[in-house]
Amino acid sequence: MTNTISRRDFLGRSSIGLAGVAATPTRLLLPAPELGAPRRAYGERSPFEKSARYFVPGATPGTGASRTPLQDLHGIITPSSLHFERHHAGVPAIDPAHHELLVHGLVERPLIFTMADLRRLPVISRIHFIECAGNTALDQLDRPGPTPQMSHGLLSCSEWTGVALRDVLREAGLGAAASWIVAEGADASRLARSIPLAKALDDVIVAFGQNGEALRPEQGYPLRLVVPGWEGNVNVKWLSRLHVVDQPYMTRDEAAFYTDLMPDGKARKFTFVMEAKSVITTPAGGQQLDGPGFYEIGGLAWSGRGAITRVEVSTDAGATWRDAELSSLVLPRAVTRFRLPWRWDGGEVSLQSRCTDDTGYRQPTREQILAVRGVNATDHYNGIKSWYVHRDGSVRHV
Amino acid sequence: MSRIHVVPSLLHSLAGAFVHALAGALACALAGALGASSAGAQARPFGVGRVARPAEVRARDISVAPDGTGLPRGRGSVAEGRVLYRRQCAMCHGDQGIPSGPQAAAQYPVLVGGFGTLTTPSPVQTVGSFWPYATTVWDYIHRAMPYQRPGTLRANEVYALTAYLLYLNHIVPRTAELSETTLPSIRMPNRDGFVSDPRPDVGVP
Repeated sequence: MTNTISRRDFLGRSSIGLAGVAATPTRLLLPAPELGAPRRAYGERSPFEKSARYFVPGATPGTGASRTPLQDLHGIITPSSLHFERHHAGVPAIDPAHHELLVHGLVERPLIFTMADLRRLPVISRIHFIECAGNTALDQLDRPGPTPQMSHGLLSCSEWTGVALRDVLREAGLGAAASWIVAEGADASRLARSIPLAKALDDVIVAFGQNGEALRPEQGYPLRLVVPGWEGNVNVKWLSRLHVVDQPYMTRDEAAFYTDLMPDGKARKFTFVMEAKSVITTPAGGQQLDGPGFYEIGGLAWSGRGAITRVEVSTDAGATWRDAELSSLVLPRAVTRFRLPWRWDGGEVSLQSRCTDDTGYRQPTREQILAVRGVNATDHYNGIKSWYVHRDGSVRHV
Repeated sequence: MSRIHVVPSLLHSLAGAFVHALAGALACALAGALGASSAGAQARPFGVGRVARPAEVRARDISVAPDGTGLPRGRGSVAEGRVLYRRQCAMCHGDQGIPSGPQAAAQYPVLVGGFGTLTTPSPVQTVGSFWPYATTVWDYIHRAMPYQRPGTLRANEVYALTAYLLYLNHIVPRTAELSETTLPSIRMPNRDGFVSDPRPDVGVP
């Protein structure tokens, strides 16, 4: 109700102000014309806009994550400045004039590409989400994120521009024994991941562009892999080396991390695909409804296996479901928006969404996931998220 | 093969884009005829990029495979590793591979112990209890550690530090010395602790 009170207060004061100037010419009812700001070479957002990534400062500032404010976004593209971050050894400063990509190993000929070389290959642009494997781990742990940013903010979606990894590999010529590639970044930790050759030859992008301009430094400038639909960690940033090999190399981030521990103590390796997931971003945790009446329920859905075909919304804790409208471009392995008109009667409400992709896979509940995977598998969790509307209009995660 | 792959660049310089495109189409057709992923010689579809010299590849190739492929020659002992560890690692990971006090509060990774915890609600996944390959330990120290100065350890030092960490985890004896031949032969306790991804395992109606 806070918003309602403050709005009335504002209107009240405004009325008094208008009464005080009622005798002056009507022209004063318009804002005084004022010369605007001059042009500028590179645009910035309005100073009134405060939306920001969220992160907790840590002992090793170069390691960790920052989260995208999903509740503040419009459409399906995440502004580059708000794309989530996950670094393991800081953001390197790389001069593209000196950056090279080495392709070697089981190839006909090892090749070195400069950035200028790569731009000569056929250029492609694709809209894809990237999601950290650990996104929504708090919800898996039953410590649900209090806002969409805190619960689901290790997810972003961009238009990526670059060249097909397939073209780069074929330029070097693949050897008969080639079955995996190891992609390595030029960050301080030389982050490396093994990727099966079949995926590398399918839809992987060697990207230099993000949302119409060069990649941001924290997104891998000047060169990164975009591995559509797969866990964020394999989308190697600051890409400098592609090693064509005949086996997975079991780097730290595939041998010891990003592996989900099952109840029997076994861990799953190479859990690449991010499965279908959705979240309501309005009304959502941290927001306040301004009294009963009409609201549009809106949110985001995505699947690493393909395109979203259906999103259902429940306003009764999952007892009944209604189809939401897919209100944006529907693209495979990209964020899709959904919406559903809704009238709040002022009572306690639980809001949920669940999505289905074009493989027929439907987003499960937390209970269904934990029944199979137990409590220790925190990565790759994609359970249905609940928000609770309280009688005072506050929307919370509990 | 080398005769074929110089053709596009030669044509490019002689006759411009049209002929270049024609050469590219011919190269693609040739690659297609041979089978794009077959063992046969393949033409360069675009003629872009330069061939890397062997020395350039050697200088940049730091990959190490579980079978030991890529390990450089070298050797290091548990005793040597103990000295190096105290100087290079203990400030974050603790004297014995277990952070305590402010190190624990900063959530620096635990490197030692955790045996028998993988089926409990509080699993401790360390080099000893969880990592399936000793080569991964060597590779990660070599490429990424120490955190503030990665890439500064020599091969012998990495063998020594790996030996010391494996000793702390009761995987090698106090007298052990590791080399490019002995390291890949070490069988880690959780070597068989991994399964392939069976998903979709939940959520299929």
